[in-house]
Amino acid sequence: MRINCPHCGVRGAEEFAYHGDATLRRPAADAAPEAWADYVYLRDNPAGRQRELWYHAAGCHAWLVMERDTRTHEIFSVTPARDVALAGGGDVA
Amino acid sequence: MGANQLFRLGTGGSVDRGALLHFTFDGRGYTGYRGDTLASALLANGVRLVGRSFKYHRPRGILSAGPEEPNALVELRGGARREPNTRATMAELFEGMAAVSQNRWPSLGFDLMGVNQLFAPILAAGFYYKTFMWPAAFWEKVYEPLIRRAAGLGRAAGVHDPDHYEKCTTHCDVLVVGAGPTGLMAALAAVRSGARVVLCEEDALLGGRLLSDRRMIDGRPALDWVREAVAELEATPDCRILPRTSVFGVFDGAYGAVERVADHLAVPDPFQPRQRLWRIVAKRQVLAAGSIERPLVFGDNDRPGVMLAGAVRSYINRYGVAPGRRAVVFANNDDATGTVADLHAAGVAVVALVDARAEPSEAVRRMAEAAGAALFAGGAVTRVQGRLGLRGVEVTDAAGRRHALDCDLLAVSGGWSPTVHLTSHHGGKPVWDEARAAFLPPERLPPGMGVAGAAAGAFSLAECLAAGARAGAEAAGDAGFQTSLPALPATEEESTAVRPLWRVRGGRGKAFVDYQNDVGDADVALAQREGFRSIEHLKRYTTLGMATDQGKTSNVNGVALMAELSGQDIARTGTTTFRPPFTPVALGALAGHHRGRDFKPTRLTPTHDWAKEQGAVFVETGYWLRAQYFPRAGEADWLETVTREARTVREAVGICDVTTLGKIDIQGPDAATLLERVYINSWKNLPVGRARYGVMLREDGMVMDDGTTARLAEDRFVMTTTTVNAAKVAQHLEFCQQWLWPELDVQTVSVTEQWAQLAVAGPQSRAVMEKIVDAGFDVSDAAFPYMSCAELTVCGGVPGRLFRLSFSGERAYEIAVPARYGDALARRLMQAGAPFGIIPYGTEALGVLRVEKGHAAGNELNGQTTAGDLGLGRMMSKKKDFFGRAMAQRPGLVDPARPVLMGFRPVDRAARLRAGAHFLPLAAEKTAAHDQGYMTSVAFSPTLGHWIGLGLIAHGPQRLGEVVRAWDPVRGGDIEVEIVSPVFVDPEGVRLHG
Repeated sequence: MRINCPHCGVRGAEEFAYHGDATLRRPAADAAPEAWADYVYLRDNPAGRQRELWYHAAGCHAWLVMERDTRTHEIFSVTPARDVALAGGGDVA
Repeated sequence: MGANQLFRLGTGGSVDRGALLHFTFDGRGYTGYRGDTLASALLANGVRLVGRSFKYHRPRGILSAGPEEPNALVELRGGARREPNTRATMAELFEGMAAVSQNRWPSLGFDLMGVNQLFAPILAAGFYYKTFMWPAAFWEKVYEPLIRRAAGLGRAAGVHDPDHYEKCTTHCDVLVVGAGPTGLMAALAAVRSGARVVLCEEDALLGGRLLSDRRMIDGRPALDWVREAVAELEATPDCRILPRTSVFGVFDGAYGAVERVADHLAVPDPFQPRQRLWRIVAKRQVLAAGSIERPLVFGDNDRPGVMLAGAVRSYINRYGVAPGRRAVVFANNDDATGTVADLHAAGVAVVALVDARAEPSEAVRRMAEAAGAALFAGGAVTRVQGRLGLRGVEVTDAAGRRHALDCDLLAVSGGWSPTVHLTSHHGGKPVWDEARAAFLPPERLPPGMGVAGAAAGAFSLAECLAAGARAGAEAAGDAGFQTSLPALPATEEESTAVRPLWRVRGGRGKAFVDYQNDVGDADVALAQREGFRSIEHLKRYTTLGMATDQGKTSNVNGVALMAELSGQDIARTGTTTFRPPFTPVALGALAGHHRGRDFKPTRLTPTHDWAKEQGAVFVETGYWLRAQYFPRAGEADWLETVTREARTVREAVGICDVTTLGKIDIQGPDAATLLERVYINSWKNLPVGRARYGVMLREDGMVMDDGTTARLAEDRFVMTTTTVNAAKVAQHLEFCQQWLWPELDVQTVSVTEQWAQLAVAGPQSRAVMEKIVDAGFDVSDAAFPYMSCAELTVCGGVPGRLFRLSFSGERAYEIAVPARYGDALARRLMQAGAPFGIIPYGTEALGVLRVEKGHAAGNELNGQTTAGDLGLGRMMSKKKDFFGRAMAQRPGLVDPARPVLMGFRPVDRAARLRAGAHFLPLAAEKTAAHDQGYMTSVAFSPTLGHWIGLGLIAHGPQRLGEVVRAWDPVRGGDIEVEIVSPVFVDPEGVRLHG
């Protein structure tokens, strides 16, 4: 798999580390234990498009939000996670 | 010497008759020429029996002339280079080659295991699911070893491979797979547009079928055209030609290929890899992989001397070898005319042409007549004579009359199957084409791939050249280049008509579909009767299409038989999924240089060479090599050395390289806020010039890491992590600042490699430091007390950082200098400390000192402990939120019954403790139900003179003085230990503050 890092260009997937679902949001400090358990332990496993976090470990060290089809590994977008987070977690224009 | 090559033709072929090569097969000496394969050289010497089959030990010969060879598998070379299951058709002959046949005992001609044929009824499809099932205990001890000895192929070398392998990545605009007429034309079209092209060819020579067929292009021999095409490509700097390279897989975004760099040599040249694994990243790809000829299914179709018709032409035209003296050709297509013509031209008597079609074309009739061959239209070979080598065949003609014909070669052709393997590596299913009697590439191809020529079912030379030109130009155009179609060379007319004949009925003997796996038509029928009708079930049940050849010659015949038996058409029956690799790939090539010591990188500390000079013994910590201890002459064992080192630190002074601890530079107005959120304790109130111990949790509430972080300025900290977690913590901080809290104005960067850091510990450490720091810097306790930090210069102007930290519990300093000064600093410290008895100490003594002080380290930070478990619960701030706080409050993590870190000493002070022992109440039965915790770390304490341990035990603080049993069922230890405070030495911290 090859990933188009917004900073470094297209690189082999072995430079990146996978982290998982990018739609999860860290609960508030005083959120119910169930909300925390969901956040820490429960993951969906969709067959199809997924927004997920990757880390360019052997590159620029940027955290990235990537939209990928889990069946075909087709990648639709790669965005710096910081930009996504600052935009409130949604799409970055 | 060449005289013994009795089947070598007087002229012709691409072999170099001036280069005579000697080789042995099963210990007998033969000769061949450069340019031969082992298969062609064996045939030249009249050797036709080359192996025994997998299951039935049937005598087998050479079926093909290429990578599809299912029979002629041999062991090449010897000793550590012994290489089993090598296809003789792919092994290029070299001087001194030693090849041995496989799967026979005691010899190829007389194989006792041939009795397996008598047991054929129980070795039928799925036999291992049905027989040998009872008694169950017999399977592992009796049946399996027996079967493995009787059925199987070659033997692996069993020792380390002495050769080395390497991996490469290359990028291009257009990748062309296959350098036959299609591939060459595609490459020409692409390079002429200016595209960067990689052209991979499995063979040593470029040209594909043109090397094996007598064809004309533009009125000249086709090889002239090949030579010119190759010359043009070679002259183009942007074209990389990789011969002897098999593209074996289509992966996500890259193609995998293996280049057999030195397989054609006895031993690779110095510094030359044996093979090279290529990862090819191409914008577009043209698959011009050609096609593979199918055998026909009839009784005893596996006898040595039965050969694919195309292979017969290869041996005649490319290698100048006659694979027999008297030939019969048995085919269902017009391609057979070429075989008859070439045999005839080579002086081989063509006894008969058996064309399964009732009405062969006029060209076939004319050719049979010209060659003087009897034509049996609508006939079939129904019987084969000769067990170890073909002696004759029985042909049944269209009228049902039988004719016995003497011959030693039977050339067969069931038509050609496009090599579509790579097209379905992304899950696409090949599509059956009735007219061409072939599976064609799927509609959904891997992204960027185009298929051309025979691989796409276009079998004639004219079609191949045109399709190649089109595909090459299209690919280059898609990759962004201006292209035009190259002029197409002229070729003669040809017919590629075929009419399927899936099996010959009414013959005698076993009719094989898959030679390599010994699967016959009866096995397919059995699978059908027993309900294994899905093509994927058929494959697993009968093993049809498995093993090294992956059904290259057998797949379509097997599918067609199943379709016929189950009354379905072939399109509906479908084909099994082709998966990478297309061809076997040595594990050595996949590993490359990543083996043994080079499996992972080795990181050396800045003081490594100095430590080596001091006689250090090293230990791996993460990727690092750290000095473990420094033995001296006369010391009996490591324990004596380590005890001396630890005692010297307590009594005088020692130095230890602590560079490997992770160092992270944290800068920005919100640096303190970031620390507040990742550490459990508070940081905003830490003054500049001071350091503090911190603990961080994972989000699930368990301890992630610990370390000391120093404040160099209001907006600048330097954090230390444990050696092993350095990368993980750096990644974690980046996750926090980029994703969780991007609003924070703070940046982090790892500086572990940039700074060499040495600990100087012991009562005399200040005296040493006074001689190291530059004048003007005050290291007195008043000016630089415990937990101070400063930026300064040392050793006469070298910028450095000084920390007054202690892991040992003694007065101690850590001094950091730019990494390039690390070696010099160690030497300078030794010099400065000499009057005080300074010594170097390693990680082992470091461990002893920290166990004596009850500090948690890697053994305790094991991912299953909370801050509370480690006695650090009170550090958790109640005034702020921090990473892991919410989950750390879970009932299970605050349960007072959780095992807590305590100290342990043996009741019998002479006893030795062992980490890993479990704690049980004295009187309790030794069962897991009574387990109360376990010993995490132990050390021999030089200060106390006996073994001490740290461990986790339930209700520890309430049980001080209680004696429990430390039980070690694995190593057999069972001793009584007393629960004590984890701080064994100087609990008041007097020594620490000096």
